[in-house]
Amino acid sequence: MKHPLMKYLREDWFPTVLCAGCGDGTVLQCMLRAIDEKNLDISQVVFVAGIGCHARLGTGYIAADSMWTLHGRAMPIATGIKLVNSNLHVVVLTGDGDCGAIGLSHFVHAARRNIGIVTVCFNNGIYGMTGGQVAPTTPKGTYTKATPYGNLEPTLDLCSLAQTAGATYVARWTTAHPRQLTKSIKRAFEKKGFSFVEAVTQCPTYYGRYALGTTSPSEMLRWFLRNSVTVERAKNLGQDDLIGKITIGEFVDVEKPELANEYRLQTAAKTQPHKDVNETIRQSPNDATTPR
Amino acid sequence: MADHHRRHSLMQGSEACAEGAILAGCRYFAGYPITPATEIAEALAMKMPEVGGIFIQMEDEIASITSVIGASWAGAKAMTATSGPGFSLMQEGIGLAVMTETPCVIVDVQRLGPCQGFATVPMQGDVMQARWGSHGDSRSTICLAPASPQEMFDLTVEAFNLSEHFRTPAIVLSDEIVAHMRERVIIPPAEELAIENRKRPPPSAEGFNMHRLTPGVVTPMPALGMGYKMNIMGHLRTDEGRVNIPPQEVPQLAFRLLSHLSKKVSPSGWKTQRVKTLFTEDSEILFVSYGSPSRTVESAVKQARKAGIKVGCVRLVTLWPFPEDELKKTLEDVENVIVVEMNLGQIVEKVKELVRDRVKVTHVPKVGDLHTTEELLDYVKGTTR
Repeated sequence: MKHPLMKYLREDWFPTVLCAGCGDGTVLQCMLRAIDEKNLDISQVVFVAGIGCHARLGTGYIAADSMWTLHGRAMPIATGIKLVNSNLHVVVLTGDGDCGAIGLSHFVHAARRNIGIVTVCFNNGIYGMTGGQVAPTTPKGTYTKATPYGNLEPTLDLCSLAQTAGATYVARWTTAHPRQLTKSIKRAFEKKGFSFVEAVTQCPTYYGRYALGTTSPSEMLRWFLRNSVTVERAKNLGQDDLIGKITIGEFVDVEKPELANEYRLQTAAKTQPHKDVNETIRQSPNDATTPR
Repeated sequence: MADHHRRHSLMQGSEACAEGAILAGCRYFAGYPITPATEIAEALAMKMPEVGGIFIQMEDEIASITSVIGASWAGAKAMTATSGPGFSLMQEGIGLAVMTETPCVIVDVQRLGPCQGFATVPMQGDVMQARWGSHGDSRSTICLAPASPQEMFDLTVEAFNLSEHFRTPAIVLSDEIVAHMRERVIIPPAEELAIENRKRPPPSAEGFNMHRLTPGVVTPMPALGMGYKMNIMGHLRTDEGRVNIPPQEVPQLAFRLLSHLSKKVSPSGWKTQRVKTLFTEDSEILFVSYGSPSRTVESAVKQARKAGIKVGCVRLVTLWPFPEDELKKTLEDVENVIVVEMNLGQIVEKVKELVRDRVKVTHVPKVGDLHTTEELLDYVKGTTR
């Protein structure tokens, strides 16, 4: 019997290029399950990815419109797509390096604009595709190929950044929480504005080996469970107690005006043909931006 | 066609460019403020909502060009405008546009460089950048050089047409003088303009293969959301769109793809390589120039003719692909070629390469301002002596 989600995949592309035990497949499955459960028309979903393990997995293997593009630039590409065709569900697949390093400003500005993009960030805490270099999400002290004497830099919290920048939905789960992750991605698809779902995913090949001293995916998943703190519990903990912990849960769920829709309203007001010029003069400024 | 259909206006080059873009069907502009290209963005910020298009100011030039690429795949004709430093930032995106065969237009209003240089002062320093600026031998960009506000209009329309036809980035290589100059611009009514739109594949996705290369054929381009399940990518791929290519097959496959991308706009398959000539029939000395310096060259040629010197000029309208065939014809019977450009010498090397040792080629380098007619006349007189 075929896997029920196989209908969304290019079966002849398998096996994938990813390492055995990689968590990215779990995230992919959660995302496809969310799309399936939401009953979305897959022909109206566009996946845009930059560069990284997640991008290899998330574009070609899915049988849908996809763009596998430049490192860090998925966000502006998706912005262009959404503004031109706001009926599309535009999904940005990104990684912790793609989103938190090279594409950081694009990520912050997409959240600030509140453009209707669903972002799924595969956070494995390291540069996997290039062979295990330090990322902005790698904990201080970790030995990687680019920090052979230990990482000196503190980490970046992508969820709190998304929240600060103005995202309307922000959540974080790990690959040890697939049901919660699926639910959050479903919620992200319901949002009109910018949504950001971070999936902490295991990289046994590099992160496990360098940071946790294990190459076992199941041990990494147990480590995720042991070190996850719910957002509710984290509120009662001090900053020092949260070092080395993964805060999980929903951080933001609000509504704000979405950019593509704001453009539609403004354009509708501008292109409205007026037979009587006086009519436009009589309108109050507020009416001018109301679609008719 | 009766002249009263046309709009005659005293117009800045930048405004003419914006008018051309709208009439060519451009409905998406993304840019980042930079002198001396800002007027193009400002004009389109006013116009786009009126025609139902999108104007957006992005966080930088990298975001500008990549959002243009996204907009183009979503089905819009899209453009950006910038100057040298921003053009450098866009080179990564231009590589993506070349590899994914994405139609888009980039206007580069050149200024003195490198770096800040002098933002309000002209130069033609980006000629080679327009051809070789991006990575990985992405030589399929088209480049046009306007010499007047009228041509800012005409060549912006032309850039969209070529870009749509060949599915490749087209660059309007302007400069501070042409963009800020005000002259009479004639805008024809929309129905008189020849407008090209990208070819769409048949409405059924069945049997359409976006990655199959056919020599000399530009593959039709679907839009996202039309049901083609496209896997658009900046990666090397097989004709089936697969990327897990055995290493021994990579060199042949890569050579085929890169040749295809470059040949689709190479001079041999290129019907529109354009040059404009003046007094070339009996000339012993010939000026070669492009963009705003051609204006001084023309007046120098006219004055030299009055003084009895057999001098003429060729203006390159198409810069890339280099209009070799057309230029060669004009250089057959001349003894001296003088290249006039506002840089330390860029196109001059291309001209030298074309004529080898047959003709003596010299150049008059200058940066930061136009050559004066007197400077050029003196140079011609020095050549004849």
